Amino acid sequence: MLEIRNLHARIAEDGTEIIRGLNLTVKAGEVAAIMGPNGSGKSTLSYILSGREDYEVTEGDILYNGESILELDPAERAAKGIFLAFQYPVEIPGVATMQFLKVALNEQRKQRGEAELTTPDFMKRVKDAAAHLKIAPEMLRRPLNVGFSGGEKKRAEILQMALLEPKLCVLDETDSGLDIDALKIVSDGVNALRSPDRAVIVITHYQRLLEHIVPDTVHVLYKGQIIKSGDKSLALELEANGYADVIEAAA
Amino acid sequence: MSAQPQIKLTEAENALLAAYTQQVGDLPGNGDVLIARDRLITDIKTKGLPTRRVEAWHYTDMRNLLRQVPANNDGDVAAIEPLISGSAVFSLSNGKVERKAKAEGVSVRGIAAMLEDGTGAFLMSPRGDDDAIGRINGGFLRDGLEIAIADGAALAEPIELQVLHSGGQSHARFVVTVGAGASARLIERQQGNGSSAALVSSVSDLTLKAGADVTWVIVQEQGVIDTHLGQINFRLEKDAKLRLFIVNAGGKLVRQEVHGVTVGEGSDFTFRVINLLGGESHTDVTMTLGHDVPETTSTEIVRNVVFDKASGVFQGQIRVAPDAQKTDARMACNTLLLSEEADFSTKPELEIFADDVQCAHGATVADIDRNHLYYLMARGIPEKKARALLVQAFVAEVVEELDDEPLVEALEDVIEGWLERHGN
Repeated sequence: MLEIRNLHARIAEDGTEIIRGLNLTVKAGEVAAIMGPNGSGKSTLSYILSGREDYEVTEGDILYNGESILELDPAERAAKGIFLAFQYPVEIPGVATMQFLKVALNEQRKQRGEAELTTPDFMKRVKDAAAHLKIAPEMLRRPLNVGFSGGEKKRAEILQMALLEPKLCVLDETDSGLDIDALKIVSDGVNALRSPDRAVIVITHYQRLLEHIVPDTVHVLYKGQIIKSGDKSLALELEANGYADVIEAAA
Repeated sequence: MSAQPQIKLTEAENALLAAYTQQVGDLPGNGDVLIARDRLITDIKTKGLPTRRVEAWHYTDMRNLLRQVPANNDGDVAAIEPLISGSAVFSLSNGKVERKAKAEGVSVRGIAAMLEDGTGAFLMSPRGDDDAIGRINGGFLRDGLEIAIADGAALAEPIELQVLHSGGQSHARFVVTVGAGASARLIERQQGNGSSAALVSSVSDLTLKAGADVTWVIVQEQGVIDTHLGQINFRLEKDAKLRLFIVNAGGKLVRQEVHGVTVGEGSDFTFRVINLLGGESHTDVTMTLGHDVPETTSTEIVRNVVFDKASGVFQGQIRVAPDAQKTDARMACNTLLLSEEADFSTKPELEIFADDVQCAHGATVADIDRNHLYYLMARGIPEKKARALLVQAFVAEVVEELDDEPLVEALEDVIEGWLERHGN
């Protein structure tokens, strides 16, 4: 589903290279965890996958279902099924959450040549998905993310993911700022979306999230490269011993 | 016989004078009215339209900006549905009263008749030397409506004043008195259906008696080649409350003046403006507000969205009279500049002659927040739509503040429609 080939990327503004020859393949149905110390390029990788224009790809390619997505803007990538759950979802005053959800769903459908949802159909979908994530209807009446607690913001991200039904989900440190109960709710939400035609990339610092969302593969990102890949036992090993051994072995 | 210095008139000024000569024969009015009309037009002939040397017109050089004056065009005017269904609709077509609804507690008189019998001669007095709008409107005035809302009347449905045209010239006048303790919503719609250019002037004089509570909304949606000259003059008596809400969403050259005084203690003026500016248009909102007595309050919020090569102006003058202690006035002007060539000028002016008052003003300018745009796009919303959502968000809170659901929805539709046509 996703194939990243020898990717090099830098910050557009100052030219700092962050991703330095990254290779990664994620298959449909797979849950891949990307772990790594601070500053290794984890969040940058998620932004580049989503098409954020602050980053420039200088070499290599990103293939999604066999096609390069480098020329696509974030909206086009999203319509093709790529979803990034943000580490820090932005607050947008003046945009009502419900209005945002409806526009996002219907704009994606339009781009895919599908009919727009009727209001009752839309309302039902939101109500069902919100109930699963224990999101109160009052929250959806507020402006997007404005005044949401950290946990509410993360749940709102997963709600969007559930409604948009993407094919490739990238979760950027979705566990940060969550207490145990919220972590469980969010993880259940993600697990409910696991399916043979959907891939999930979980970016995290900690093994904790991976106890709830059990990965098929684990990759260690360091200085903009994947330096080691393995199965879920690799995450446990990192948890026990830290990154030093892996980094040393790769050097 | 006149010793007035002669100036070389512009094409537009000559066209205005020619139009007057052509129309004067069938403009309504007795001798007094006719003399007053002649005086107004003579002022234009001798002084010309205002230039930037006239302080009140410094940012809108009307003499240079008004290039042409269209001839009268008495074409068909398409009827429009009221913004809020159930409204009592009063309409003018090409400056003539076309439709008069009946509503309980509301009495109405046609201004053409007032001009004919001379009782409307007072309508021919300009505000001052720099009142070009009053001169044009008075000189060419054919008709309009005097509307009186009875003391204590609480109008359940809004009154909609439709000022419509088919291109050409249209000059309208409303004189509205809202009785003591009465409450009403008035919606003034300014738009046309002509394919040729229009010159529209529309002047309203509004008096709120003690304790009256009024929401007056002006929705200006003139065509992209039209000139719109609007003016609303108001007086607020004791404890009267006026919410004046203006949406400018059209026109090539637009000047909307607002001149008010608080003459009764405890009165309050809430002023909100949304300027949606695009193309090569020029839009000027000029407000003068006199806090003439103690303990009156006002807030002014102007939100501007400027695309393309459009330019905008907000002049806000607040005068606090020497004995108007405890005045509280707060003015803000916030602008979203969406193109390199867009511009907006804002000129707050506080003239405070009392010492125990609170007056504040502020202005901000910004562009769309890139992080907001990225977030919306990352959810599959194409850039154009995402920008429109963010622009709407910028003006939304001002609209929502009206706290009147049908009105809020109607205005949101106007704004959304404009953005769909103009957002890039």
